[in-house]
Amino acid sequence: MAIVIDKSQRWRVVAAHVFMIGLCALVIFPLLIVVAISLRPGNFATGSLIPETISLEHWRFALGIPTPGPDGQMITPDLPVLRWLWNSVKVATASATVALFLSTTAAYAFARMRFVGKKSALLGLTLMQMFPTILALIAIHAIFSRIGHAFPLLGIDSHWALVLAYSGGIALHVWTIKGFYETIPVEIEEAAIVDGATPWQAFWRVLLPMSLPILVVVFLLAFIGAIIEYPQASVLLRTQPNLTLAVGSKQFLYTQKYLWGDFAAAAILSGLPISAVFILAQRWMISGLTSGANKG
Amino acid sequence: MRMPKVLQRFLHPVLMILVGLAGLLVVTQVYATGESLLAGIMLVTLACFLWIYTSSKTYAYRYLFPGIGAALIFVVFPMLYTIRIGFSNYSSKNLLNFQRSTQYLLEETYRGEGATYTSELHADGRRWRLRLEDAESGKVFVSEPITLGPEKPMTIKAEPLGIPLMGDEMPMKDLIEQQAFLKGITVKMPDGNPVRMTGLREFAPSKQQYTRNPDGSLTNHQDGSLLRPNMKTGFYETPSGDPVDPGFQVDIGWKHYFSIFTDAAIREPFLQIFVWTVTFAFLSVLFTVSLGMVLAVLLNWEALRFRSVYRLMLFLPYAIPGFISILVFKGLFNANFGEINLILHGLFGLKPSWFSDPFLAKSMILIVNTWLGFPYMMVVCMGLIKAIPPDLYEASAVAGAGPLTNFFKITLPLVIRPLTPLLISSFAFNFNNFVLINLLTGGRPDILNTSLPAGTTDLLATYTYRIAFEDSGQQFGLAAAISAVIFLMVAVISIIQIRATNITQDDRR
Repeated sequence: MAIVIDKSQRWRVVAAHVFMIGLCALVIFPLLIVVAISLRPGNFATGSLIPETISLEHWRFALGIPTPGPDGQMITPDLPVLRWLWNSVKVATASATVALFLSTTAAYAFARMRFVGKKSALLGLTLMQMFPTILALIAIHAIFSRIGHAFPLLGIDSHWALVLAYSGGIALHVWTIKGFYETIPVEIEEAAIVDGATPWQAFWRVLLPMSLPILVVVFLLAFIGAIIEYPQASVLLRTQPNLTLAVGSKQFLYTQKYLWGDFAAAAILSGLPISAVFILAQRWMISGLTSGANKG
Repeated sequence: MRMPKVLQRFLHPVLMILVGLAGLLVVTQVYATGESLLAGIMLVTLACFLWIYTSSKTYAYRYLFPGIGAALIFVVFPMLYTIRIGFSNYSSKNLLNFQRSTQYLLEETYRGEGATYTSELHADGRRWRLRLEDAESGKVFVSEPITLGPEKPMTIKAEPLGIPLMGDEMPMKDLIEQQAFLKGITVKMPDGNPVRMTGLREFAPSKQQYTRNPDGSLTNHQDGSLLRPNMKTGFYETPSGDPVDPGFQVDIGWKHYFSIFTDAAIREPFLQIFVWTVTFAFLSVLFTVSLGMVLAVLLNWEALRFRSVYRLMLFLPYAIPGFISILVFKGLFNANFGEINLILHGLFGLKPSWFSDPFLAKSMILIVNTWLGFPYMMVVCMGLIKAIPPDLYEASAVAGAGPLTNFFKITLPLVIRPLTPLLISSFAFNFNNFVLINLLTGGRPDILNTSLPAGTTDLLATYTYRIAFEDSGQQFGLAAAISAVIFLMVAVISIIQIRATNITQDDRR
């Protein structure tokens, strides 16, 4: 590309490396220091950044293993990290499944059928996505406390309420799946219909199996979206054993109860798998989309 | 799957009729609990469901119904309902609706005159008998046997004890669990006086405090006064005008909306927060996109080695869940125990108080948000820069242009147009970046001398959250009104964004 290499080039390369290394250090620093903190005894910063003695007390706390207290009695950690993680996984799996069901069917109609109001429905979906749900938190709280009067199982402080609340946020998924369906030639389904399949069978038996990659991606994205969702969960969940990780984690860092080391261990424990799933989904998303595009 | 023809033909209509009937049953039950709005929405949903899944004209909508229905009920409806709540006095003092608030008052009791009894529950086979002992005279009475079950009001009779009760007494633990059920029981004593549960082990004459009159007022039997509902304030009021808790929800018109713009105690913090919200969103976009762009240019520079290593490391902040990295920074920036101040103290002898000084808190927020946001911009810019034809750079190299000229005359002008819609959506996202502020500073440090708590680092979204859910008496109505105003602002940003997107799409054609 660069045909003429002038003398200043070398210096610029060196300067760029210095800048990059400096920035990488800034990015990595918080992550490494968290590992160090999780292995350091006590909950307060001491003289050195690298722990002199390795202690597993914070990891025991995060994993919920009882530790002997100063008077010899076994003390169970009072913040149920693993339970919160389990709650998060439960809610995320349920809501990702619901999101997948709702968005694959809607996307099929948008991609393959003609009906009155198609254009305005698509525009509506786009607009919906622009308005953040944070602004409707009060209404969501009010709605679920009212639903709770009639159906206690779906009221405030229930995981099903959270799954229901998340089920509306499918606009982005509908767009993603619709884009994928449109890369699949419609002739394949038409052939199936000529052979006597109903539109539903063409969708269920022909189109869906071919869209497996995008379904996996959408499932993972919806899953991660639900795991990291904080505002609605913080409004709808109340009691400690019911919290999801995103809401519960806040309880580590109250001024009057500052569990910095315990938080570090819990953050690694829960952050690592979520980040891994995310990076995986990103990869699949790119390869899934391009392989889909090549097929057509 | 093969079915007999008759079955196949009738399965669908029969199924639909069953679904319809079951749905109607549930709707009436919900209506009976007093949630008429909820029942109404369910009825409309049910009607749409039956129409769409029986009519042959609506085939396409069968696929849309679940998804669009969920979006309408759980996304669009809450937004409209927010605006609606803004017109009401819904708050922790006026939490219930009129029907429930009246119901609450009608269930209030007071202890009337007459004997007090200590009570015990004794087993009688599978059922239970109440043993009531008059505390003063020592006379003992026993009730008919009762079956424990779900709460429902009932009246039973008691008579003087003949044979001593043989069954075991119910332990305290179980008694506490059955309290709600026992509270519904009225025992008619032989002297004709009804007694009710007034303590865990006590029954006493208790009388209904209020009865409703035909004109809607309530008569207080304890002192004979009359309570009238005031539909303007949302309270039952005594003749002297004192409100009686619990209040109920009523419409108060535009009051909340007016007070945002006219009441100085709300308007001033609102304006201050608005200015900071815009500043924060603008600076966040500026910082993340500048850093992201510079990195994207460098990562596309072939003379630079180890680019993939750098790219992987710089992408990391994007992969970590936001709530975890924000809380990590909250700990790292802690003024006394945080590692950042530990380093600053060691190097320069400084210990900035990141959380109590407004300017430092704002700087910290911007630093953290840049850390969180630049990888996304970097990835986006890299894609856009890759799409620039390389011969442009070859031509400029022939003309003897330096890297800065290349950047400002070729790269930036070509990237900025397709980037604009993304910049606006990033602005809109940060405008409502609730998670960052709520988890990092919680809006603190607070502005002094405000009637409602308002923070110097609060965004409009976190400000409403604090009014509604944190330390100021759950003023849902006011918070909803402010949310509705923010809706308008977001709508304006969205219109600008749609315009910008359309312009770039037109360019591409």
